Amino acid sequence: MPEIKVTPLGAGQDVGRSCILVSIGGKNIMLDCGMHMGYNDDRRFPDFSYITQQGRLTEFLDCVIISHFHLDHCGALPYMSEMVGYDGPIYMTHPTKAICPILLEDFRKITVDKKGETNFFTSQMIKDCMKKVIPLNLHQTVQVDDELEIKAYYAGHVLGAAMVQIKVGSESVVYTGDYNMTPDRHLGAAWIDKCRPDILISESTYATTIRDSKRCRERDFLKKVHETVERGGKVLIPVFALGRAQELCILLETFWERMNMKAPIYFSTGLTEKANHYYKLFITWTNQKIRKTFVQRNMFEFKHIKAFDRSYIDNPGPMVVFATPGMLHAGLSLQIFRKWAGNEKNMIIMPGYCVQGTIGHKILNGQKKLELENRQTVIPEYEPGWSLEVKLQVEYMSFSAHADAKGIMQLIRMAEPRNMLLVHGEAKKMEFLKDKIEQEFSINCFMPANGETSTVATNPSVPVDISLNLLKREMALGGPLPDPKKPRTIWRASLRLVSPEQALKELGLSEHQLRFTCRVQLQDAHSDSDTHIRIYTHLKSVLKGYTIQHLPDGTVMVESIVIKVSSSPEEPNTKVLLLSWSYQDEDLGSFLSTLLKKGLPAALSSM
Amino acid sequence: MKLYCLSGHPTLPCNVLKFKSTTIMLDCGLDTTSVLQFLPLPLVHSPRLSKLPGWVSKDGTINLEKVQDPTLLNVFFIELLDLSTIDVILISNYHCMMALPYITEHTGFTGSVYATEPTLQIGRLLMEELVNFMERVPKAQSATCWKNKEIQRVLPGPLKDAVEVLTWKTCYSIQDVNSALSKVQLVGYSQKVELFGAVQVTPLSSGYSLGSSNWIIQSHYEKVSYVSGSSLLTTHPQPMDQSSLKNSDVLILTGLTQMPTANPDGMLGDFCSNLAMTIRAGGNVLVPCYSSGVIYDLLECLYQFIENANLGSTPFYFLSPVANSSLEFSQIFAEWLCHNKQSKVYLPEPPFPHAELIQTNKLKHYPSIHGDFSTDFRQPCVVFTGHPSLRFGDVVHFMELWGKSSLNTIIFTEPDFSYLDALAPYQPLSMKCVYCPIDTRLNFHQVSKLLKEVQPLHVVCPEQYTQPPPSQSHRSDLMLELQPPPMPYRRCSVLGLPFRRRYERIHLLPELAKSLVPSEIKPGVSLATVSAVLQSKDNKHTLQPVPKPLPLPPSKKRKRVVEEPPEVLAPKPLLSGSVPLEAFLAVLHKHGITEVKVEETADGHILHLQAEDTLIQLEEDGTHIVCDNNEPLRTTLRDLVLRFLMKL
Repeated sequence: MPEIKVTPLGAGQDVGRSCILVSIGGKNIMLDCGMHMGYNDDRRFPDFSYITQQGRLTEFLDCVIISHFHLDHCGALPYMSEMVGYDGPIYMTHPTKAICPILLEDFRKITVDKKGETNFFTSQMIKDCMKKVIPLNLHQTVQVDDELEIKAYYAGHVLGAAMVQIKVGSESVVYTGDYNMTPDRHLGAAWIDKCRPDILISESTYATTIRDSKRCRERDFLKKVHETVERGGKVLIPVFALGRAQELCILLETFWERMNMKAPIYFSTGLTEKANHYYKLFITWTNQKIRKTFVQRNMFEFKHIKAFDRSYIDNPGPMVVFATPGMLHAGLSLQIFRKWAGNEKNMIIMPGYCVQGTIGHKILNGQKKLELENRQTVIPEYEPGWSLEVKLQVEYMSFSAHADAKGIMQLIRMAEPRNMLLVHGEAKKMEFLKDKIEQEFSINCFMPANGETSTVATNPSVPVDISLNLLKREMALGGPLPDPKKPRTIWRASLRLVSPEQALKELGLSEHQLRFTCRVQLQDAHSDSDTHIRIYTHLKSVLKGYTIQHLPDGTVMVESIVIKVSSSPEEPNTKVLLLSWSYQDEDLGSFLSTLLKKGLPAALSSM
Repeated sequence: MKLYCLSGHPTLPCNVLKFKSTTIMLDCGLDTTSVLQFLPLPLVHSPRLSKLPGWVSKDGTINLEKVQDPTLLNVFFIELLDLSTIDVILISNYHCMMALPYITEHTGFTGSVYATEPTLQIGRLLMEELVNFMERVPKAQSATCWKNKEIQRVLPGPLKDAVEVLTWKTCYSIQDVNSALSKVQLVGYSQKVELFGAVQVTPLSSGYSLGSSNWIIQSHYEKVSYVSGSSLLTTHPQPMDQSSLKNSDVLILTGLTQMPTANPDGMLGDFCSNLAMTIRAGGNVLVPCYSSGVIYDLLECLYQFIENANLGSTPFYFLSPVANSSLEFSQIFAEWLCHNKQSKVYLPEPPFPHAELIQTNKLKHYPSIHGDFSTDFRQPCVVFTGHPSLRFGDVVHFMELWGKSSLNTIIFTEPDFSYLDALAPYQPLSMKCVYCPIDTRLNFHQVSKLLKEVQPLHVVCPEQYTQPPPSQSHRSDLMLELQPPPMPYRRCSVLGLPFRRRYERIHLLPELAKSLVPSEIKPGVSLATVSAVLQSKDNKHTLQPVPKPLPLPPSKKRKRVVEEPPEVLAPKPLLSGSVPLEAFLAVLHKHGITEVKVEETADGHILHLQAEDTLIQLEEDGTHIVCDNNEPLRTTLRDLVLRFLMKL
């Protein structure tokens, strides 16, 4: 029986370095190729030696699909394609293709230029890797080869985020990447049709969270920013250059406008303007409202938000700064944090998820004193023995656009998968969601750890060509009862279903009719026509589930067996029953002749 | 399978395909050439036009008011079929959807419309523009008496010969446009869209305009390609997808170039040089054009040209109620653009250079001549504005303004209207006229190459393509020559397409497939009987195993074991072959049946088993056993006969 196998190399019961291998219908697909923000060593990248111990990956993979531009989904791509070696097709949407190389280059700069790591991919490798990318359009069916097809759906997580359907014959898998089921200020909600995949591989970052309404969270966010600014404090919002940042910018921009606020808002990297430009050019990927009004007012042209300069860190007075990266694991956001952490007037708002091992994760867990614990923790630019008191207010606001438990359930209802598989979440939370899914939908739910394989047996139906005449004939029959028919298939290069007559004709064979006729004598003191009716009534009561007819000429027909009654004028009570049947009805014919020999029960009413 | 041809216009097609009980409309172009019969609709009062006399017939019996009402559009769907029966409408490009509101509104239409996103958005702009042009000018009068058959008969020129003038309709309203477009469902290239489970339709890039598509309409066994407005030239749209058109049973070919002898590149060169010449001489240039499409290429061409030609200080104006939207929209459809433009977006830079022209104030756009434009207006300048028919829109104003000076030039780039007819109401005219029609659609040379490549079994096309154009009747290269010859259609034709559907796709459930035991009948041919239940749902057919009858509840006391009827089991195999007489007799003998009387008949033999009083009728294609009251004997005879037959 055919099987689909799913093996996470990363993101199995974990968040970070998403990389999932799928084997379906003899094809191997790699879904995402991310890096882990929490590690600085080998564990940063997925373990590609799982695929092959030596040599290139090209012959083991039919294609690689990247769901969106976040580094935990594409950060290992140049390493995989250029350093391990892969020359096959890599698919991603247009916005992802546009933005992904910029983030990769950024990541490379931080790692190599700042931390001085060697043995890392180069700028040229990023370029070479991007040359292997084939852009995907939404809902376009891309034929990877003759059998494998993929199709992208809108995922709403960041600009260009996609869910993908992978299909071989009638077997299919849907991988959600990261997705969001509620439209936000700049993106729409994820959507998929009822495609009934064999497996739905879903992220489960917020497996146990059901978030309150977006409006509440936004009001809360604005209130906190407002209060801090009013009392002269500084607000640091660590973000990734693209994604949440744009949404929060739109939010603050409109708030500043409405409240006529004066405190400056800064956006940290040079990426800002560029990033906003991407949003303008890929406006078709944003939500309905922005798309409708973009000619009149482009939401990504900000009046109040200006570029940040490092020298502003020590400026007095209130300000709001968006700084990258979002998990406080490196770069400017960490630098600003270090400067501002000591003042309780200040505030840091973490708008997204932070993976284990990052400073973001630590302060969210209430850690008040930060030290360099071991070499694995990524705190670049700081010497060993470094420590820091955290006095500023730490706020967590879930603005990252992941589906919450409700959203995940909603997607399952949309797609109606036969099996569910959870990745990109914490094991404990997954466990909880898994139980819930199994209860509510009565489908299997898997949650393999990294390197562990989940196998699902599929049951594909067999496509056959049926002759149109036969099909029409059969459809015309469609009686109340299932009607077993006797067509045949001919196995050639393909399967064809034709009527028996045509099959025999095509084979040059002639059909041989075998018929039986049997006379049964019966004593029945009724007229011939009454006997017919009595036989009819009798058989009706004995033979359930058979077609029994009383024809206008008096004969009784059971399926295709004809029963005729006659009697001689000399002995009107001795009836002669003539039964005639073909070999096809042999069992029934034989049964009837035996049955009728026993005579008719007297109790039968003549009507 | 039938094709109903509602339009005779080869580049504004409207056909309806009936295929597997779905009714699919292919495009609904709006023929606006009818407006050429009317006087222009000026934006500001024109003393010249209003002084024109009415029309008086030669004998003076009919006196018509002049008709200054070019709002009547030739809506050609006649009563060839009921529009409410249409299931879907497939749109190939924004020029071919202008009649959509006439079909979807007030007709009982309940289906849906499929189009790509750029087609929808730009189509919406063009419709809004048309409505705006028609509605913003208060109409003096709406003349209808010319439609009277008696009067129409004596009218001059093309009006006399116009057919079905009663179906000419006034323009739709913006409400109609919105309602019609709300029925559009967006599709992407190569997206497979299932219609009722019976037919699959797929748009393919056609290379002609932003989001323009050809369509594949197919079932598992039949494939119809609909080619409409395609281009192989490298302009701004994504290149044409040719290979997916392969293996078509029928290819419906419409929308070839209207200017088969004009080379678009040459025209573009003429356009630039004439423009530069006029400006240098201190004149103005008027370019009547649509607000989307070729104008993007013109602007891109000028972007490169103006620096070299020293025209950097000349203002370029683009006037249209949708000018701004059209320019903005063109920048956001990266996915639908050619590779070069796509890679610009990755930088990120706007794909079209007109963004830079606007930024540097070289190109300015205005909704109309009123408002800001009147204060900014500087001459000499270049004005792009609509409508290319010169009957309505801001272009009418510029014709009145510039027509009298021979310094000025009007350059026609749109191929849809005869420029002489367009200019007729403005005569006498001093301004220079240059005709540079740019039509990037396929020419006859390209199309015959394409057809050789994709090899459809049959080609259906407008009859115009099967003969050279009337004005160039000697040019046999300006027609389609194919083997087998294409099936021509004209307005109101109903064509039966040469198709015989013979097979349909059906699925065997795995349990059923597993139960089949094929046996090899001939080398390479195996046979298995299939006994199954057919389930047809949403036009998908599945064969399921025959459900087992529910076990009867255990009957209490009554012992009716014998009377239990046989279950409906797998049917008996089909028999084939024949029973040879001699061998059969020998076998009977072996089984102790010796007294056999053989009687020869026309078709075979009758065997009378005298001791058993049983008859066996042996024929080439059948055996009949007549046996009374002796079940054991009957079964023995049955088995003996079966020995000689092949069971399938």
